[in-house]
Amino acid sequence: MNWTRKDLTGLESLSAAEIEHILDTAAAFKDVGSREVKKVPALRGKTLVNFFVEPSTRTRVSFELAAFRLSADVINVSASTSSLTKGETLKDTALNLQALHADIIVLRHASAGAAQFLAERLDSSIINAGDGAHEHPTQALLDTFTIRERKGRIAGLHVVIIGDILFSRVARSNIHALVKLGARVTLCGPSTLVPRAFESLGVAVTHDIDSVIADADVVNLLRIQHERQRKEYFPSLGEYTALFGLTKARAERLKPDALIMHPGPINRGVEIDSDVADSGRSVILDQVTNGLAVRMAVLYLCAGVRPS
Amino acid sequence: MSATLLKNGRIIDPENRRDEVGDLLIVDGCIAEKSDAKPEIIDCTGKVVAPGLIDLHVHFREPGQSAKETIATGTRAAAAGGFTSVVCMPNTSPSIDSPSVVAWVQDKAKAEGCVNVFVAGAITKGIAGEELAPIGALKKAGVVAITDDGHCIQNHELMRRALEYAGMFDLVVMDHCQDYALVGKGVMHEGAVSTLLGLPGWPAIGEEIIVARNAQLAELTGTAIHCQHLSAAGSVRILREARARGIRLSGEVCPHHIALTDEAIRGYDTNFKMNPPLRSQEHVDALIEGIADGTITILASDHAPHCGYEKEVEFDQAPFGILGLETELGLFLDILVHKRRAIDLPRLIQLYTENPAKLLGLDRGTLTPGATADVTIIDPGLEWTVDKAASASRSRNNAFHGWELKGRAVRTIVGGKTVWSL
Repeated sequence: MNWTRKDLTGLESLSAAEIEHILDTAAAFKDVGSREVKKVPALRGKTLVNFFVEPSTRTRVSFELAAFRLSADVINVSASTSSLTKGETLKDTALNLQALHADIIVLRHASAGAAQFLAERLDSSIINAGDGAHEHPTQALLDTFTIRERKGRIAGLHVVIIGDILFSRVARSNIHALVKLGARVTLCGPSTLVPRAFESLGVAVTHDIDSVIADADVVNLLRIQHERQRKEYFPSLGEYTALFGLTKARAERLKPDALIMHPGPINRGVEIDSDVADSGRSVILDQVTNGLAVRMAVLYLCAGVRPS
Repeated sequence: MSATLLKNGRIIDPENRRDEVGDLLIVDGCIAEKSDAKPEIIDCTGKVVAPGLIDLHVHFREPGQSAKETIATGTRAAAAGGFTSVVCMPNTSPSIDSPSVVAWVQDKAKAEGCVNVFVAGAITKGIAGEELAPIGALKKAGVVAITDDGHCIQNHELMRRALEYAGMFDLVVMDHCQDYALVGKGVMHEGAVSTLLGLPGWPAIGEEIIVARNAQLAELTGTAIHCQHLSAAGSVRILREARARGIRLSGEVCPHHIALTDEAIRGYDTNFKMNPPLRSQEHVDALIEGIADGTITILASDHAPHCGYEKEVEFDQAPFGILGLETELGLFLDILVHKRRAIDLPRLIQLYTENPAKLLGLDRGTLTPGATADVTIIDPGLEWTVDKAASASRSRNNAFHGWELKGRAVRTIVGGKTVWSL
């Protein structure tokens, strides 16, 4: 397939074939990480800017390592060191990065649509590393890659995503990827955090984890938070765990070959029992490793496309 | 003595229940029945001759925000849209919450404006929703209504007292209906599209619950409340029921809320960000039904200019609002009269003339002999294309650039003088 997108702002606009092309490319890059010299010259001479306007460690590190392995030059710009704190607009900051000949800008931003905003205005490739509650495409790609690697397919699988769906960009990107690739997706969580409006995306919604757990091929647990802005959505982490946590008892009802996934960082004892997180069915650390390969693929493909 | 004869137009004067082809005479700035001087003739064949249109909801940004709009540019945009009178909202900087600021705006309008500028004062000091503004002094200074537009008094006790107090002066209280707790940080209609885009939702209930409050408070206090820029189906239903019970509650609708839906936001274009937000089709249909059955009695623009650099930011960071004065008549004619056939032309003109004039007690919006000759000449069949670059406004935040519309004003006459013509 001929890759034609300079940017990756989300998975909603991608075709199934494009998603599969990224996954196939990632598979080819995966063994670079197990070599003695973990580096290929694919992006030698290219400059990648990790532009993180919202704090993140694991996603930034993953992109940084992926870029190193492709031999790109990398600089990291975070919100606290950027001019955004001095009142410069996102557009102006990004134009400055482009003026420094940044070939690729990886953007993490608290505002939904921020990556698309830059993609429409800059010649640089814009890779969305999470924009508000909108999309986190590379996370969903690595999740999908991990499922495909373990199960050999996506189509026909029943994937249950559990947790705070309303505020989750990971959930949205996963929904787009999984539905396009033919999986059956069920969202599960409190009615306040899993509104029925999600059904319009082609998924099922339930508030009863015990009704779906035995039928799941994959359970993807999202990190649950109970900060100030979530207090109105559910009463306590304890009640959440009782109603929606992947406890030992629930884990026992899973299919023997079911996969347990989590984008991290996990809250042991909250959305997932500590022993269950470490069990053989958990592929949580595989996800982290696969994230490198998927991000290498995305950077490689998008950097190879010049703006039209 | 100067005289003008608007010849052979279709004269539509809702206040006088007049709709006939004929001539309208203007002598020395007033509507007249006869003239001793030989009048200048303006041929209006095939055109509609209407009382000057009134837009009771505009933001001219002065004092304090003249990079967005000025009274000079705002009134020119009004004239180009067919409006002879506007009511300026008080959410300026400083806000219009004292007689001195009212006088400043009035003086500026007299010196630089080309249409009538009426002023709405604030309900509370600094539009902060905490203490009453000097409402009696504002009335004396000439405000035609009070409103905290852009904001909404959340404290129901304060709103009740404001209504009781304003009732002494027979001042209409206009309200931007928004419950802050329910709306939170919402930036677009809560629904399928906000779910997809991951943008914080501004639910319809956030407006409806305040419209319901206002119905109760208007009934309790007897003071008229005008609900601004209604966007939600439930608001229309509450308003319909309240009016049927004789409560002094009225509502207005803006063109963007019937011309567009939340689908427009799929590309995160901030020119589709307004407050209240664009809603889904069932809300649009309910608004149009409300206009058709007489529940909604007033049309207005909520003309809200913003600088390009202010709008060219992340969607949730952008200010709410779009331009409206130059496109509203064309949009309403095109959608309500031509396409949906929800109302006829005389009714449309009534919603822009007789009704706002009566609500606010303005001596405008009529072609009665002796009245000030504010007249709008409309070509209801003229097809034209919206061009944001051609705007008279200082700003360019236009959501309708490139739209092809049927019907527009072709001449705007204020006090007998043509201030704009196509």
